[in-house]
Amino acid sequence: MQEVTLNPRIVEIRQNILKKNDVLARELRKGFQEAGVYVINLVSSPGAGKTTLLTEMLTRLGERYGVAALVGDLATENDAERLRLSGAQVRQITTGTVCHLDAEMVKRNLEGWDLEAIDFLFIENVGNLVCPASYDLGENQRVVLFSVTEGEDKPVKYPTIVNSADTAVITKIDLAEAVGFQRECFYEALNEVRPGIPIFEVSVRTGEGIEEWIAHLEAGKAAFEKAAGCL
Amino acid sequence: MHELSIAHSLVELAIEAAEKTGTKRVKTLYLKLGVLSGVVKEALEFSFDVVVQGTPLEGARLVIEDIPVKVFCPDCKQAHILPEPFPMRCPVCKRRTGQVLEGREMELYALEGGEEDAGSDVKPPDR
Ligand SMILES: [Zn+2]
Repeated sequence: MQEVTLNPRIVEIRQNILKKNDVLARELRKGFQEAGVYVINLVSSPGAGKTTLLTEMLTRLGERYGVAALVGDLATENDAERLRLSGAQVRQITTGTVCHLDAEMVKRNLEGWDLEAIDFLFIENVGNLVCPASYDLGENQRVVLFSVTEGEDKPVKYPTIVNSADTAVITKIDLAEAVGFQRECFYEALNEVRPGIPIFEVSVRTGEGIEEWIAHLEAGKAAFEKAAGCL
Repeated sequence: MHELSIAHSLVELAIEAAEKTGTKRVKTLYLKLGVLSGVVKEALEFSFDVVVQGTPLEGARLVIEDIPVKVFCPDCKQAHILPEPFPMRCPVCKRRTGQVLEGREMELYALEGGEEDAGSDVKPPDR
């Protein structure tokens, strides 16, 4: 029997698997920039105090700016309910079984909102330190949150998300002493994974560090506007 | 587990790329997966096998190349491969550096077709 050898063809593709998401995220980012919306993507484990901090940010920034939030949640409306108490525009993105938000979900859930009236848009990602790392949502700043109760080795357990973050926030800092929070170890761990990452310590309960954190967000927005002006 | 979503995106992208490049009956998908991509290789392989059922790629094989982290050290003025994704330090002079050159990719690198395409040789993909 004669052997038939097929000529294998190898063609180079060289495309990001999440190309579709990346393209959409780029479009979103452009639209946000044009409308002057500064976008912050919040990622953390469940229970890190994301919603509590978000409520505080919406309340404080809401006094001076147009603020809005998209909240990714696996099943409940509870988070959105809490957030609406701040008076901000809030939309819940129910992701079902999906463990992260993607650019398409963000786009879909922005429909009907007047972006021109929004200065700060917060996107509370699904409580998860793995999956959200891969998805660009068109944000200007990716913030990873850890609470003091989470342990100093947490950042090195999730190097991908920490490495992709622009800023780290340590929450519930009022409990630091009570839980024996090792500040130096935590800072060391963050810097081993994402050298030079700006770190903020906050407590919504006592108000510690909140003003510095808000000022950082405002500075981020100012820099973003300046950059937009140069286009 | 977001590998299932990623497998969906991969299959979609590969079908599109196969059509564009005229690759018939895709035999193999070559992937580059950075250790900082946040994707678990085994989970992706498993998800791919599930997702590929009933698509034109059914029966195709996934070949994944792990890409280590490569950083640029401003002191040595050289790129170095890190044995682990962290610490993000130059392995030579130990200086911390966040300049990641490689290791984040999640890329469909190439497709291998199983049939000869009439008269055409290996050609670069359309851009
Ligand atoms: Zn060096």
